[in-house]
Amino acid sequence: MDDSAGSLERVLTIDAAILEAIVAHARRDHPDEACGVVAGPVGSDEPARHIPMENAARSMTFYEFDSREYLRVWREMDDLDEEAVIIYHSHTATEAYPSRTDISFAGWPQSHYLLVSTREPEVTEIRSFRIVDGTVSEEQVRVVNATVDSMAVQSYMFGQSPATVDYECRA
Amino acid sequence: MAIEVRVPTILRSYTDGQRAVEAAGDTIAELLTDLDAKFPGLRARLITDDGALHRFVNVYVNDEDVRFLGALDAKLGDGDTVTILPAVAGGAVAGGAVAGGAAALS
Repeated sequence: MDDSAGSLERVLTIDAAILEAIVAHARRDHPDEACGVVAGPVGSDEPARHIPMENAARSMTFYEFDSREYLRVWREMDDLDEEAVIIYHSHTATEAYPSRTDISFAGWPQSHYLLVSTREPEVTEIRSFRIVDGTVSEEQVRVVNATVDSMAVQSYMFGQSPATVDYECRA
Repeated sequence: MAIEVRVPTILRSYTDGQRAVEAAGDTIAELLTDLDAKFPGLRARLITDDGALHRFVNVYVNDEDVRFLGALDAKLGDGDTVTILPAVAGGAVAGGAVAGGAAALS
């Protein structure tokens, strides 16, 4: 991965609760791929509202938004002055990296493409990317408002890019 | 017959940045031809060389995906809204045509 230094300056900032909800969704649907969106106010780059979506393909190796649900969700976001800050899906037997298919379908250049891999039962790989004009650039994942949960058995691996986790309580 | 056509971000380079434009046609096929006359190059991003709707695009008439309405033969009425969205799909393994792809839409 050359020229990664510049691309790693880009960051996806995401609330721990939302990240956990995405992972829970991916685990629930495993071994089928899971997919969905996190909406946020237009221009804010803040993922605020998690919207798990149906994988109309119901496949272990392919996902597709149900076309009717897709229109409904997009119209709803439009009504709320939101946009798709994150478009996510899971890989259930391969790494959390965009496949050629992922790249070929990436039609929302403003969105963060979050990949989750559930190939390991104890560890979930989470990586985030921008996909613009067929070019993939990985970005940092910054998790905010995490709590130290002694009961948590799931651990996260954020791929090769450095990740920061902020253990802070929002006032 | 005025049809409002809503265009996704990646296709707005063809519509001078407009997110909604007006076009005419009794069917989707006619509408796309009219759109292409007004906004050259747009139709080629939606239709394959075989003259079919591109795998990477969803086209809706009001609330319905045109794939359930006869695709390019889907009928249009005055006041209908046509919405174009890039298909959101992917996965570990190719589940459909990968040549071209969304890059072909932009």
